Amino acid sequence: MTVTMSVEMRQIVKRFGTVTANDHVDFGALPGEIHALLGENGAGKSTMMCMLSGVYRPTSGDILIGGEKVRIRSPKDAMKLGVGMVFQNFRLVQTLSAAENIVLGERSSFWRGPKWIKRKQEEIEAISRKFGLSFPVDRPIWQLSVGEQQRVEIVKTLYRGANLIILDEPTSVLTPGEVDRLFETLASMKAEGKSVILTTHKLKEVMAASDRISVMRKGRMIAVMDKKETNERELARLMVGKDFAAPRPLADRPKGKPVLIMDRVEVLGGHGRKALDGISLQVHEGEIVGVAGVAGNGQKELAEVLAGLTEWRKGTIQFGGQTFKRASVRAAIEAGIAHVPENRMKSGLAGSLGAVDNLLSKSYRTPDRSRLGFLLHGRNRSWSQSLIERFDVKTPGIDTPVRQLSGGNQQKLLFAREIEMNPKLMLAVHPTQGLDVGAAEGVHRLLTDLREAGRSVLLISEDLEEIMQLSDRILVIYNGAIAGEFSRAEADRERIGMYMAGLRDAEGDAG
Amino acid sequence: MSDKPAGSAIAANTAAAPAAAEPANEGRLRLRIEFDPQRQGSPWWIPIVSVVLALAVCAVFIAASGMNPLAVYRKMFMGAFGTEFGFTETLVKTIPLLLCGLGVAIAYRISVWNIGAEGQFAAGAIAATAVTIYFPGLPAYAAIPLMIAFSLAAGGLWGLLTAIPRTYFRVNELISSLMLNYVALLALDYFVFGPWKDPKGMNFPGTPMFTEAQSLPVLGATRLHLGLVFGLAAVLLYALLIRYTRWGYELKLIGANPDAAKNAGIPLNRHILIVMLLSGGLAGLAGMSEVSGVAHRLMYGISPGYGYTAIIVAWLAKLNPFGIILSSFLFGGLIVGGYSVQTIGLPSSVSLMLQGAILFFLIAGDTLFKLRLRRSGGKGREA
Repeated sequence: MTVTMSVEMRQIVKRFGTVTANDHVDFGALPGEIHALLGENGAGKSTMMCMLSGVYRPTSGDILIGGEKVRIRSPKDAMKLGVGMVFQNFRLVQTLSAAENIVLGERSSFWRGPKWIKRKQEEIEAISRKFGLSFPVDRPIWQLSVGEQQRVEIVKTLYRGANLIILDEPTSVLTPGEVDRLFETLASMKAEGKSVILTTHKLKEVMAASDRISVMRKGRMIAVMDKKETNERELARLMVGKDFAAPRPLADRPKGKPVLIMDRVEVLGGHGRKALDGISLQVHEGEIVGVAGVAGNGQKELAEVLAGLTEWRKGTIQFGGQTFKRASVRAAIEAGIAHVPENRMKSGLAGSLGAVDNLLSKSYRTPDRSRLGFLLHGRNRSWSQSLIERFDVKTPGIDTPVRQLSGGNQQKLLFAREIEMNPKLMLAVHPTQGLDVGAAEGVHRLLTDLREAGRSVLLISEDLEEIMQLSDRILVIYNGAIAGEFSRAEADRERIGMYMAGLRDAEGDAG
Repeated sequence: MSDKPAGSAIAANTAAAPAAAEPANEGRLRLRIEFDPQRQGSPWWIPIVSVVLALAVCAVFIAASGMNPLAVYRKMFMGAFGTEFGFTETLVKTIPLLLCGLGVAIAYRISVWNIGAEGQFAAGAIAATAVTIYFPGLPAYAAIPLMIAFSLAAGGLWGLLTAIPRTYFRVNELISSLMLNYVALLALDYFVFGPWKDPKGMNFPGTPMFTEAQSLPVLGATRLHLGLVFGLAAVLLYALLIRYTRWGYELKLIGANPDAAKNAGIPLNRHILIVMLLSGGLAGLAGMSEVSGVAHRLMYGISPGYGYTAIIVAWLAKLNPFGIILSSFLFGGLIVGGYSVQTIGLPSSVSLMLQGAILFFLIAGDTLFKLRLRRSGGKGREA
């Protein structure tokens, strides 16, 4: 190769415990190019970039910068080597001004003198003008818009002399106008000979902004190509993959009555955006409905609104013949909606408490578990013991803090609690996240058992394979609405991938 | 504390001549200290170690002022626990610490940082005294229950003044509860210097002495009063409620994981209001038992800072209700012991010094326990 790569990563392996996030990945970026690193959530792209910016260290493999082998042990090392990263969640001090944030951590003499910050502000303004990144330098961060905050982050890397700028999912927080502006900035950075890497899962943006594209899937590098040689369709296929695990055999069931009917429901997210934008869907008895989609398209809000955690603005939610009037977790529980939340230790279980207390949290109000405000202590303990046996939760004892259990056993405990409340609908959000194959298999069996018993399951997952294996019907959520619906028979990975990326095909069987 | 590899040598290596310097780093042993994400809470022995360390450190200061620390500690111990008088006096000081300590612990269990026990104590004392001022002739069986009810209500309302802004307007309860202490203490001063001042008291800032009917019964010839029973009963009741009731279960869940509690449909805001009502009410009851059981009047400086010491008492017990019985007794002894060293020429602030040192080591212990030592040679491995 005639041009020296500004950065090259060779045979990078990164393991977290037993999970392999990156498996012998090669990656490189040239000076003066915009390189898109494309992949689904969990494909390992952020992990790669975190190793480049010194947040993580590779388990094995080499990183070369400007042709020289380097060790990047901390973000500070990365900065010295000219690598700057703009994280998805900004690392800014809200109460300091933009300029103060940019010079934060800079070495200078103890006595800076009154003119120092003025001089710095002028330097910063010069940089921002050069790259078309305008923002008020003397205003505190909390007064700036999200787009402006991102510009502060970018100028921060430039000010510190970065030649390689990594942007992690830079467009996820921006409005369309801001996105266009960002791309103009990236182009001017490219013209200066800097390398720009952006990680994303948005195909349109990749095609609009980048010169070269690397595609990752499940911790491996799948393809590296020029933008000119490819198209969105090919990228979508590469991103979701062709390898197809056979769907679980599901016994045929006649379609039951509808249990859940959501009609044009609207939920506000942060920044006044509509997180759910008129979503309509139905779930019938004895059916598993999978909701596929790229993270951040309203899955979280969909789960929350059904669990009674979030208020909705417009539309109706009917469940089991009754119409919900307002968000109430208790009403949802009493109506029979079980909820396995996204992050089991964050919002599902109380880590410091034992199995008994964790099992009780959905049913402690029922007359079987408490009378006249008093818990039926002995009875609850033997009930917990029997549940632990029935669901095969491996724990040293029913009072052992559940934090000490393995992820799979925690999830079993959570499912035991939710299934024990005898739900009409099971709302399972990323139910196998972080579980090993055996434990995931167990969770899948629990879900299909519910289906056998005539219960409904709404499975929200970013793992398309899981959804395709289990679901009777697949809904694709995009920008807070259902973009497409597929029956089990017509489910096609490639087409689902297109819908997930917001590219409806011409046939248009969208719901 | 930093989780970056310590030392500028590493950074310099990578910057100057990365390729050349690299092999030299391999194999060299480095230790670094970092937060251990696995550890939560701290073991039971931290409070004991903290007390021992506090005694050791304060010994240095006592020695520096020309005293034999062992002799001083012996004197304190004997003064507080060695005689019948000292022992019952220690119990007398235990009562307000026990009630206030339990009060703040209840709030701390669900992460509501009430540091307003001092003000809630004052509010309770004022309300109990109001009964003696406005209904002077009541017999004991009416006066005492009425005083208790008034003090519980007043302390509880004072607690609500912190809880309501916290739940509805997200006002930081640390600030508001602390500020309300001054309001309550100044209100107390207003009453004893102003309208309620004893006309026959030779200008002493205090109300007239309570009658027999308005005073809590005492044990024999000692000053130990019925308040101790209130305290012990409150602890027992609280422990039973937490363990056996739905309400207690809800509090336990909120304390362990508020998000999980929300997912179980437990209304957080309502619980914060109830808990602050209780927390303040217990401190108010402490105020009542102090005016009715010990001072027999409301007077300037009725609390030597019980509400603040209660915070240390609660932490020393790791918020365990039965542990609070022990820790409040220890701190009661510390106050009485502090008085007794005055006879050998040391100021009673020795006990304040000890209190501070105990809290310091407690907090340090809880924090340090969350750290782990990690060996980082070529690869990071747990030490």
